[in-house]
Amino acid sequence: MTGTVINIDRVVKRFGTFTALHEVSLDIAENEFFTLLGPSGCGKTTLLRCIAGFEPVSGGQIRLHGEDIAPLPPFKRPVNTVFQHYALFPHMTVLENVMFGLQRLGWSVVDAEGRAKQALELVHLSQFLKRRPGQLSGGQQQRVALARALAPEPKVLLLDEPLSALDLKLRQAVRMELKQIQRETGIAFVFVTHDQEEALTMSDRIAVMSDGHVQQIGAPREIYEAPVNRFVADFIGETNLIEVPVLGIADGMAEVSLPGGRALRCPTPLNRAVGQGVLSLRPERIDLCPASEADLTVIATDQVYLGTDIQLKAQLAGGQEMTVRLQNAQATRLPERGAEVGLKLEAGAARLLSA
Amino acid sequence: MAAMAPGGASSSEIYKGHAKRLLLPTWLVIGVFLLVPVALMATYSVLTKEFRGGVIWEFSLAAYDQFFLDRGLFGDEPPRIEWTYLTIFWRSIWQAGLATLLCLLIGFPTAWFIATRDARMRTVWLLIVTVPYWVNLLIRTVSMKFLIRDEGPLNAVLLWSGLIDQPLGLINTNLAVQLGLFYSYLPFMVLPIYAAVERYDFALSEAAADLYAGRWTTLRLVILPVVRPGLIAGCILVFVPSLGAFLAPDLLGGAKSFMIGSLIEEQFKGAAGNWPFGAAAAMILMSIVMVVLLVYARAQTREATA
Ligand SMILES: Nc1ncnc2c1ncn2[C@@H]1O[C@H](COP(=O)(O)OP(=O)(O)O)[C@@H](O)[C@H]1O
Ligand SMILES: [Mg+2]
Repeated sequence: MTGTVINIDRVVKRFGTFTALHEVSLDIAENEFFTLLGPSGCGKTTLLRCIAGFEPVSGGQIRLHGEDIAPLPPFKRPVNTVFQHYALFPHMTVLENVMFGLQRLGWSVVDAEGRAKQALELVHLSQFLKRRPGQLSGGQQQRVALARALAPEPKVLLLDEPLSALDLKLRQAVRMELKQIQRETGIAFVFVTHDQEEALTMSDRIAVMSDGHVQQIGAPREIYEAPVNRFVADFIGETNLIEVPVLGIADGMAEVSLPGGRALRCPTPLNRAVGQGVLSLRPERIDLCPASEADLTVIATDQVYLGTDIQLKAQLAGGQEMTVRLQNAQATRLPERGAEVGLKLEAGAARLLSA
Repeated sequence: MAAMAPGGASSSEIYKGHAKRLLLPTWLVIGVFLLVPVALMATYSVLTKEFRGGVIWEFSLAAYDQFFLDRGLFGDEPPRIEWTYLTIFWRSIWQAGLATLLCLLIGFPTAWFIATRDARMRTVWLLIVTVPYWVNLLIRTVSMKFLIRDEGPLNAVLLWSGLIDQPLGLINTNLAVQLGLFYSYLPFMVLPIYAAVERYDFALSEAAADLYAGRWTTLRLVILPVVRPGLIAGCILVFVPSLGAFLAPDLLGGAKSFMIGSLIEEQFKGAAGNWPFGAAAAMILMSIVMVVLLVYARAQTREATA
């Protein structure tokens, strides 16, 4: 493994009496594409601003290559930011914007111009050097912001929802490009988003946050397939959450009683027996089956056509809603509305979490 | 983009039509209260003076001649440049420029301070800055005179505290005129800068700091250029009326602080007046202001198209 660039150690941030970050701890490795993922207001921007130096921390430490950076003002931190609304200097040309940081670092005009042009080439914007930001589209402005932050070759690049202002098509194209730029430059990226799809497709590792707490840190697959709690399971991807009685827990496996009476063995992060738990069922790992083999029996209530998939809405006997995703190829055997349907839980469909 | 209305004309064209009619009152006001008086002034400046004030309707360039040319006491010497009035003009420009600079130096930090308070305190501060201006300018200037004269409270406090051992002798100096102009026109500097700073996106300052710019560099390279329209508007709004001011120089300054405004004022007052000469001086003053504004407008359009 490569070394740690940024070590965030029990960082607390308070605004008056409101605590925006509760003892947040995480490490960001060199060359890593690290994502802070969470709903709006969970403290992602605040954490980024603490790293950049725009907000002093109220407790804990942020270390860059092992050294506490609290005494450094923002303009002395070897960290650059791509701001959510880009914050390009409106009175400067694209080239001047990108040269700005280099010149402050004492580069000569000639050298700064050379490097700035390289950075703009990296983001495919070489043809707009003399334009002002106001004369560029949102996507182009976003690239200027990226080039401007990359040009001084920071130790870490902080990106605050850089794609949120772009339309969907562009956003998807830029995702892959951003990931590629990260690989090419080898700079550690700390990428903030509230979009779980964005996080899953781009990141090496993700920290899921809610209400100022880090809920889970892990690779996309780990976060999706082995969420540690109900919040993560619900926030990442779609899931069905069903309350069930727990029969026993041992060695990371739980035995629960499904609605309708069947027993089910499934993985769990819990290690102590609890009376009641929440079962997370991923909709795409559930399939239709004859009633005799069914783990669960439901009444079909609706269908939503999604192109590649078809979403089947159903109700458990207790009235609880469930969602099942079926591949379009199997659409021929779709049940009618109101029909009783047997559901089979495939391997990896279920995971027991604390209630 | 502008949506197409059913008739085929784009809606923005329709709104433009409305806008033209909305401007009607403005054109009326400009016509009646600006163009007509200016035309009147221009006309008076090329008429012959009547000795007890007023004009004789007879074409004459005597006023301009008197302003620019010195033909000796009896008017029979070869013309030389007349320095008397040019000196007064030059002094006025210089005084107005200095007052503008003073307003800028005090006004910018003030406006910055106000614009960075929270919404409620901003209103309070703006009120505090503008409340003195509910009082008539003449009364304010007279009170300034009472404040700074040798027997006034300013000197009394300074003498009492032992900081000085004799009165400052401020009254009837250029400095007193400066203080008067500064006090008269400060809000005209503060308000436009405030408006510009209020619209300023502070993320730009953070971006500058993020890109290794210290506070002064950020001020110089980012903040000042971005709020520049507000700074320039403030400077024009202070410079132009300062240039033609007559209350502050009359009441606070001595003979050595005589400014254009007072010169013009005198020409229209009492029997010693000379209307064509006053009108000519006013026309010349206006030309200077126009040149300043045109240069500025040129610079702006060049900037916008660059
Ligand atoms: N300057 C501030 N003063 C007070 N509260 C703030 C300030 N900045 C952020 N907060 C609060 O901190 C919480 C986290 O905000 P933020 O980090 O912007 O969330 P996110 O970026 O995840 O949407 C929010 O509840 C927000 O209201
Ligand atoms: Mg945010």
